[in-house]
Amino acid sequence: MSDAISVTGLFKSFGRTKALDGLDLHVKTGEVHGFLGPNGAGKSTTIRILLGLLRADGGTASLLGGDPWRDATTLHRRLAYVPGDVNLWPTLTGGEVIDLLGRLRGGLDPKRRAELLDRFDLDPRKKGRSYSKGNRQKVALVAALASDVELLVLDEPTSGLDPLMEEVFRDCVAEERRGGRTVLLSSHILAEVEALCDRVSIIRGGRTVETGTLAELRHLTRTSVSAELAGPVDGVAAMPGVYDLVADGNRLTCEVDTARLDELLRRLTTVGVRSLTSQPPTLEQLFLRHYEADRPAVSA
Amino acid sequence: MTAVAAPAPVARGTGLVGTGALVRLALRRDRVMLPVWLGVQFLLAAGSASSVKGLYATDASREAFAATAGNNPATVAMYGPSTDLATLGGLATWKLGVYGAALLALMSIFTLVRHTRGDEEPGRLELVCAGVVGRYAALTAGVIVALAANLVAVPVVGVGLMSGGIAASGAFAFGFAVAAAGFVFTGIAAVTAQLTEASRAANGMAAATLAAAYLLRAVGDTTHQVSFLSWISPLGWTLQVRAFAAHPHFWVLGLALVATAVLLTTGYALSGHRDIGAGLVPPRPGPAVGGPLLRSPLALAWRLSRGLLLGWAVAFVAVSAALGSVAAGIADFASTAQVRDMITKLGGEQNLVDAYLSFAMSAAGILAAVYATQTVLRLRTEETSLRAEPLLATRVGRIRWAASHLAVAAVGVVGLLALGGVVAGLAHGLRTHDVGGQVPRLLAAGLVQAPAALLVAAIAMFLIGVLPRLSTAAWAVLGAFLLLGEFGGLFKLNQRVLDVSPFTHTPRLPGADVTATPIVALLLVAVVLTAAGLIGLRRRDIG
Ligand SMILES: Nc1ncnc2c1ncn2[C@@H]1O[C@H](COP(=O)(O)OP(=O)(O)OP(=O)(O)O)[C@@H](O)[C@H]1O
Ligand SMILES: [Mg+2]
Repeated sequence: MSDAISVTGLFKSFGRTKALDGLDLHVKTGEVHGFLGPNGAGKSTTIRILLGLLRADGGTASLLGGDPWRDATTLHRRLAYVPGDVNLWPTLTGGEVIDLLGRLRGGLDPKRRAELLDRFDLDPRKKGRSYSKGNRQKVALVAALASDVELLVLDEPTSGLDPLMEEVFRDCVAEERRGGRTVLLSSHILAEVEALCDRVSIIRGGRTVETGTLAELRHLTRTSVSAELAGPVDGVAAMPGVYDLVADGNRLTCEVDTARLDELLRRLTTVGVRSLTSQPPTLEQLFLRHYEADRPAVSA
Repeated sequence: MTAVAAPAPVARGTGLVGTGALVRLALRRDRVMLPVWLGVQFLLAAGSASSVKGLYATDASREAFAATAGNNPATVAMYGPSTDLATLGGLATWKLGVYGAALLALMSIFTLVRHTRGDEEPGRLELVCAGVVGRYAALTAGVIVALAANLVAVPVVGVGLMSGGIAASGAFAFGFAVAAAGFVFTGIAAVTAQLTEASRAANGMAAATLAAAYLLRAVGDTTHQVSFLSWISPLGWTLQVRAFAAHPHFWVLGLALVATAVLLTTGYALSGHRDIGAGLVPPRPGPAVGGPLLRSPLALAWRLSRGLLLGWAVAFVAVSAALGSVAAGIADFASTAQVRDMITKLGGEQNLVDAYLSFAMSAAGILAAVYATQTVLRLRTEETSLRAEPLLATRVGRIRWAASHLAVAAVGVVGLLALGGVVAGLAHGLRTHDVGGQVPRLLAAGLVQAPAALLVAAIAMFLIGVLPRLSTAAWAVLGAFLLLGEFGGLFKLNQRVLDVSPFTHTPRLPGADVTATPIVALLLVAVVLTAAGLIGLRRRDIG
């Protein structure tokens, strides 16, 4: 499969702030790709570069086979964008905004528009400023989802949506994927990422720190193990990849690099295992580890 | 100010809690702008006084000036009654009265709206109001800062005039007279800030009131039958104080204070009756689908700007009808035989009427430039409010997006000026029984203003493309052009400096000869600046 988005070594600074510092991002055609990172990591900046709104200082970026800066207008026919901060024109109604953006993108399907309005429970007759935050977000979502495009670029599209609407959004993205569309989804909502994304990229400080499927990422992190053994065991503390070991007589709890779980279990079975629980890392733990990796409190 | 800034021992229920903190915040945010406004006042006062002292040192020279310019209805319409021109102070402040008052009025409007509606619109005030801040605190803070700035203007203007050799009593009386206009417009802005949801509209309504005030006194000062018009204009009051007369009319200041109090009370009452963020006019539901024409950036630009343009069109019709209909009677203004003699020497009544009409048309040209600047700067507002982003993420390119707003601005400028010319021509033509002759004459006089206004729009576009963070400096540039035109001659500035203003090059129609050179040159510069702005826009980051 070819890449819908391919970014290598992207640099961008705003004055003295380094927003992107050699970022890599590869999104395969037809996948839903999660784009994660702490606040200020550079997600929106990357997306703006991909949309040709910002010009990169260095590195290469290609979008749907074209150059996002040079071929901006031709590429934009093939994608739809939902910004994180949706501001609507105060004098235009939601319905007018949906139609305008859809037409400027090259037309939208009226049947799909009506269906989406219904599913998102959105009143299209209100004027821009009378919408609540969540409803403004819905206007942008309906405008994007009602267009027939190859790529959806969504920057925190569900910020402000209630749980019911969040569910509708997930259904819609799942349908889009079944329809063969590519989705780049920047999000802070881990459950959403887990439910929707085929692969994720985690960035921090303008750099990609991890990329892969969730299963692969889990594999790269630690599993908690707690066991009751037939007798005392030694040498576990010295094993590579074992952390936070607490041995209390026959009981043992520790964290182990998931890749080394096998070795640990082999060692434990030499003494005899009475009971064993092993817990894969939760998504939260997984991300927090990446998000906070350079904070001293966590590395301790 | 410190008395206000100290934590007020008021109960929470009073709605004023936190005013002190907001005043300090406002002063911090205005620490550059307010000194600039006041600095301009000082320069104009000091410059006018010292140059008049040099030019018209003797009583005889001043009386000669009063006999000519003081009897010319066009100049009286521009600057106000010429009653005290024989005094040094009266002559020095003839132009300064209207312009100083108008500048303070603008300062007051922008300051008040910025700290009330301007904060409320983007939801910033919600952040503040959710803290320990009463519901009237923001309005009160804005009023305090605006009124205080006007009070500071009194000594600034007074000392400025004194530095040019004007006696202290008159200088300070004049300072109070201009500050009175600032007070009244603080009150007017306190009302308009409650009426709409957009700070832009609040500024616009208050500024339109200022333009109306100018116009009312221009007509009232030049037409005896309706001289009461000068008395319903806050700008008229500044002039009616007659700071340099033997017995100044200080009671007029009381009129201004009463008006300010009434307006502020109205503002507070309105503000108490609405929700934070809302206007008084509740929004109504609109169409559920976009109309068939709403399919291009041009259609959007038109949709966003048409309200503004319509408002301006109404203003243009009113101004042109008023000025056009009084023009024919303007010659009565100069009633003594001696003056009539002088008029004949100057080329007869026709010249006087033409000069008046040409003043009216150049005022229209300036208003058209204001409209154009507003419309072009919308590009930047669209960008910073992130509304341009989803638009530019469609197949709309940046140039097409910018060109749409430029087109609305350019068509609006030409349309407004044509409208103004035709209406003035009709009004004047009906009185002189020469509709067929006057309409084309004044249409031409209106249209000839367009190149300068378009050039101002082009400067705004240039700034947006090349120096986006300084886009609003377009207003400062326009202001500088106007001040150059009004005060440049008085300050004996070099002709090269005067030539910087595009308005210097606009032919004075009707009456003068038209040559193509300045018009073509202005348009050429406008095109070059626009192109540079568009190229800059294409190369830079959006946001
Ligand atoms: N126009 C700008 N001018 C100056 N600095 C900017 C600008 N845009 C972004 N930055 C800076 O670049 C960095 C990356 O910002 P970005 O908006 O891309 O973060 P993000 O990952 O989208 O964060 P969030 O999760 O909060 O949306 C931040 O440090 C931000 O302050
Ligand atoms: Mg972001």
